[in-house]
Amino acid sequence: MSAITHHTPDAMLAAYAAGNLPHAFAVAVASHVSLCTQCRVALEAHQSVGGAILEETGAVAVSSNLKDDILAQLDAPFTPEPVYDRKGIYPGPVMEAMKGRAPRWKKLGLGVRQDILSEDANGSVRLLYIPPGQAVPDHSHSGLELTLVLQGSFSDATGRFGVGDIEIADEDLEHTPVADEGDACICLAATDARLRFRGLMPRLLQPVFRI
Amino acid sequence: MIAVRDNRDRTAFAALFDHFAPRLKGFIIRSGASAPQAEEIVQDVMLTIWRKAAMFDPHRAQVSAWIYQIARNRQIDIARKENRPVPEELREEPGAEPDASQILGLEQEAGQLRQALAKLKPEQREIIEQAYLGELTHQEISTRTGLPLGTIKSRIRLGLDRLRHELKDLKQ
Ligand SMILES: [Zn+2]
Repeated sequence: MSAITHHTPDAMLAAYAAGNLPHAFAVAVASHVSLCTQCRVALEAHQSVGGAILEETGAVAVSSNLKDDILAQLDAPFTPEPVYDRKGIYPGPVMEAMKGRAPRWKKLGLGVRQDILSEDANGSVRLLYIPPGQAVPDHSHSGLELTLVLQGSFSDATGRFGVGDIEIADEDLEHTPVADEGDACICLAATDARLRFRGLMPRLLQPVFRI
Repeated sequence: MIAVRDNRDRTAFAALFDHFAPRLKGFIIRSGASAPQAEEIVQDVMLTIWRKAAMFDPHRAQVSAWIYQIARNRQIDIARKENRPVPEELREEPGAEPDASQILGLEQEAGQLRQALAKLKPEQREIIEQAYLGELTHQEISTRTGLPLGTIKSRIRLGLDRLRHELKDLKQ
């Protein structure tokens, strides 16, 4: 893997550790951390600060029976949450978002494909497949968009993004990422608002295609 | 914690409960839960600690840091009824000998971190606590002037060394 040069901003890692990142962004950050040692170290540093604050927090007495209740449950059967391992180019958190399945690509036109993994009023997570040399469809977002490269690379006015790199684009960034030559570019795109593509198809059709 | 992990030692687990359960309850109440809700979450967190003990790696985390993350994850999972996405776990190489100097180094760094926190002005301390209790958005964390996040974090060097022996898993 070539060196990762675009990382998760520190404030985002802190909010992620504290559990205060929108779900869509948490998928992207957890995926980046899975691929990036530097950000994993930074995340663990934030966890250490959280731990130090926990240690210093004023204790509040617990009910007298709580300990016995818990000790009595140690042997109780439980079903562990499924753990999704990395599969090919897809890190564990992406596999989890896909619930273990393979991508189900839907054509967007011009060879571009997408697979919407989740979407609601709080944001969306999707995979995008961009053929080499092709521009990512012109789109607008009212909030932030996080794009994590899983295969190939793309370039835009702010630089080149290869496997493992994460781009943080706010609404002011007029960006037209273009997939570089070589492998098709596959990325994970997470938004905290509905994403709208322009110029690819009439607005009227957008509800039909959920883009 | 190591006795809980390696020997499934219930006495050690009870001691862990005595230390952390009241702190967890205080911590969870501070992040907005009622006292009965907080006890439910404490129970859930303590059981998660028991069940996930095998994941604890003293080379990479102090017990408090590990428990902090479990507490935040469980509190949010319960509130939102969904699982928070978490990074892939790094698995220790089977049969790897514990590295005492690395574990000691981590403890020393944690001590320095606590000292740095203790030296903060009350209002700075308040903001830091809000951030780690999940009360600030990432935008607020990045725009709060005077948030000594970098200062605090630089106290812990948490070197890449710590992950070196586990990189093989990452690179596959
Ligand atoms: Zn990174």
